Amino acid sequence: MEVVYITIGVSVIIAIIFFVVFLMNIKKGQYDDTYTPSIRMLFDDEAKKDTKNKEKSNK
Amino acid sequence: MERNVGCFHCGLETNETQYTVADKIFCCNGCKTVFEILNQHELGCYYDYERSPGTIPKEVKNKYNYLDSEDIVAKILEFDDGTTCVVELYIPTIHCSSCIWVLENLDRFNQGIKKSTVNFPLKKVRITFKKATISLKELVEFITSIGYEPQISYDDVVSAKKPVSNTLIYKVSIAAFAFGNIMLLSFPEYFEIEEFWLEEYKNVFRYLNFVMILPVVFYAATDYYISAYNGLKSKLLNIDVPISLGIVALYLRSVYEVLFDVGAGYFDSLAGLLFFLLLGKVFQQKTYNYLSFERDFKSYFPIAVTLLHKNGHEESKQIQDIKIGDRILIRNEELVPVDGIMIQGDAMLDYSFVTGESNPIEKKSGDKIFAGGKQLSGIFEMEVIHEVSQSYLTQLWSNDVFQKNIHKSIKMHVDTISKYFTAVVLSIAVIAATYWFFVDSSKAVFVFTAVLIITCPCALALVTPFALGNVLRIFGNNRFYLKNASVIEALTKIDTIIFDKTGTITTNHQKEINDAGIALTQDEIQLVKTVLRNSNHPLSRAVYESISEPISTHAIQNYIEHVGLGIEGSIENNFIKIGSAKFLNTQQNKLNETRVYVAINNDLKGYFSIKNNYRNGIERLFKQLSPKYDLVILSGDNEGEKERLLQMVPLNTALIFNKKPIDKLNFVKSYQEQGKNVLMIGDGLNDAGALAQSNVGIAVSDDVNVFTPASDGIVDASIINKLPNFLNISNKTLTIIKFSFVFSFLYNVIGLYFAVSGQLTPLIAAILMPLSSISIVIYVTVATNFIWNKYHNKQL
Repeated sequence: MEVVYITIGVSVIIAIIFFVVFLMNIKKGQYDDTYTPSIRMLFDDEAKKDTKNKEKSNK
Repeated sequence: MERNVGCFHCGLETNETQYTVADKIFCCNGCKTVFEILNQHELGCYYDYERSPGTIPKEVKNKYNYLDSEDIVAKILEFDDGTTCVVELYIPTIHCSSCIWVLENLDRFNQGIKKSTVNFPLKKVRITFKKATISLKELVEFITSIGYEPQISYDDVVSAKKPVSNTLIYKVSIAAFAFGNIMLLSFPEYFEIEEFWLEEYKNVFRYLNFVMILPVVFYAATDYYISAYNGLKSKLLNIDVPISLGIVALYLRSVYEVLFDVGAGYFDSLAGLLFFLLLGKVFQQKTYNYLSFERDFKSYFPIAVTLLHKNGHEESKQIQDIKIGDRILIRNEELVPVDGIMIQGDAMLDYSFVTGESNPIEKKSGDKIFAGGKQLSGIFEMEVIHEVSQSYLTQLWSNDVFQKNIHKSIKMHVDTISKYFTAVVLSIAVIAATYWFFVDSSKAVFVFTAVLIITCPCALALVTPFALGNVLRIFGNNRFYLKNASVIEALTKIDTIIFDKTGTITTNHQKEINDAGIALTQDEIQLVKTVLRNSNHPLSRAVYESISEPISTHAIQNYIEHVGLGIEGSIENNFIKIGSAKFLNTQQNKLNETRVYVAINNDLKGYFSIKNNYRNGIERLFKQLSPKYDLVILSGDNEGEKERLLQMVPLNTALIFNKKPIDKLNFVKSYQEQGKNVLMIGDGLNDAGALAQSNVGIAVSDDVNVFTPASDGIVDASIINKLPNFLNISNKTLTIIKFSFVFSFLYNVIGLYFAVSGQLTPLIAAILMPLSSISIVIYVTVATNFIWNKYHNKQL
């Protein structure tokens, strides 16, 4: 049953790693603007297609 | 020609045909140009995301000359390493997904722009650019030319940027993390199963909990200790005193139990307690990203003006460096930052941000000009007579009200209660401990700590944040934005309401046009309307819209617009002149009225008089409020409207006219000295003093995204007639809070029974404490929502 030490230890360490990553992301500002990214993802594709067309026409 | 055709760019109704590109109609040359610029750079997608997303670009020639000055640029730039710069610009016109799209693709316009990121809720764009390729001035002028004019104000230069604090979020996260994990690791203890392996490893679980609680007690809970300490220092037993006592008792008791192998301790209850308490704090802190309740004239004033040297040389100078006697140049769309004397040029000044009056005021050379007006036409020169901080308007801010960062002291209900609460709890703890000392001395300390633990007023402390936080949120969703939750409590104590007149109870959008002063035949009305159609002046638009006759079928010729004076044109040999009294060489005998004069073939026909309309429902608003509150109308204008107001408002309403900004402040003060609690409702910078002095100051705004003076709340003008309902709901919320206090006391009594009788086990604590908190939170949330639904539409 000594394995309990390992399993609990591992689970606590994993939990702490996730928690630290979460805190770091707050600090990086990932949660400062929760609205704009939701719109931005909608028009990424079209913008890329446009640049491609532009490159073609330049050739 | 058809009306109801929207401009392809901005959606404005238009019947112009001259601005057309590839079967797309535009209302003006500006919109057309933006379309062409975007098309040229293959950014036509702009128009795919939203219909008519654009805004009309403003003419900004020379306006940003001050960005040539290195000093000013250095203050605006966020980062500058000599080649790459980062700037964050506030652009009020950001409003839709097309805006985000075009602003994030700025790099396609210019090689120098490397990256741009929009923060939509804050209406800000952060641009990284190469200094050598594009200067800040060019950048600003470019984004202005496509309709996104950034707002760069005096405030950006003089005030240091406050970093956003995430501390509370960190604290809640730590408490939540600890709460969840400790709960999980405590499970074996809850069931008291006599099992060999659990018994063997129980210390592993206990010591893990022991470690995990440390950041909670020594970091997450620090606010409570500090607040309790500050309270005690000023001899005030605030709610944080019993909370801190409870936390300390819980912690010491648990540490003792674990170290001496007595029991599992109350780590789970402690973590849960702090998690709920901190959650309440988060809930109470509703911030409206796009609103600011702290703005003063600084965020409205420009950074620099054009200084005119004696030799005619022009120089951009920061406004705090302007000295008395300097000559400055004010261009179209620029703001007058100082008081001065007009020297030469044409001035049409819009003081709507100051007084709420939207009709522009004309100034001639020799006239005194006050700071705060926005030039609407042409260019003029003025001599400075007061420095920025000393002007008629800004000296208001040197008043004490603005000096000290006065925390308007609102005595919260919960603090009144906690005074007695703490005393009672401590005496019960002492009495119970003394009793047990004689009966079973080993249990005395156990009982003493148990009382402190179980009476820790978690539920009590959660009632106010959750009730007020929820009401704050509901109000915000209905366009009544309050600075913080304690304003709701302050609203319940109000007994006097003071209204500003212009812009607050009158509206700038609907004007009342009176044609009593004019006699025109049917044909003549048509002629006048046809001429008016060509003008974009606000007065012309207002008169145009009031005429119901169709426009003349004949075309207009020789149309000329004289800036600041009027318009003229001829239709079928009829020569029509419309404009100010001066333009038509006549005298206006009644000065406190805005008039538009009309002459046909040099024969003066009369005038249209234009009045600001009162907002819808104002009469009913006053009628509803008058039984419960003392009402006052406090106006900076003359008594011209007195007669009309007397007919609208209840008889006991006080009408006060001719008040300067500083008088308004003193007026509010004099009421407060009589022991009144004053709610001030105003809109312009001239009300800023009164708004700050009053117990609750609320700014009315037609568009909450534009400037409002510092206040405790901002209300959308369209719902101002709902004010009685908001006040009523605030009062009902207070009743809910009082009921909830009773409930939380009942929980405490139950808890006390277990504590005093020496039966408080960790399991009971782990059930009772979260249960009381959660049930109270649910009760206040449901009850406040219920009250909103019941009362928000009720006719009082």
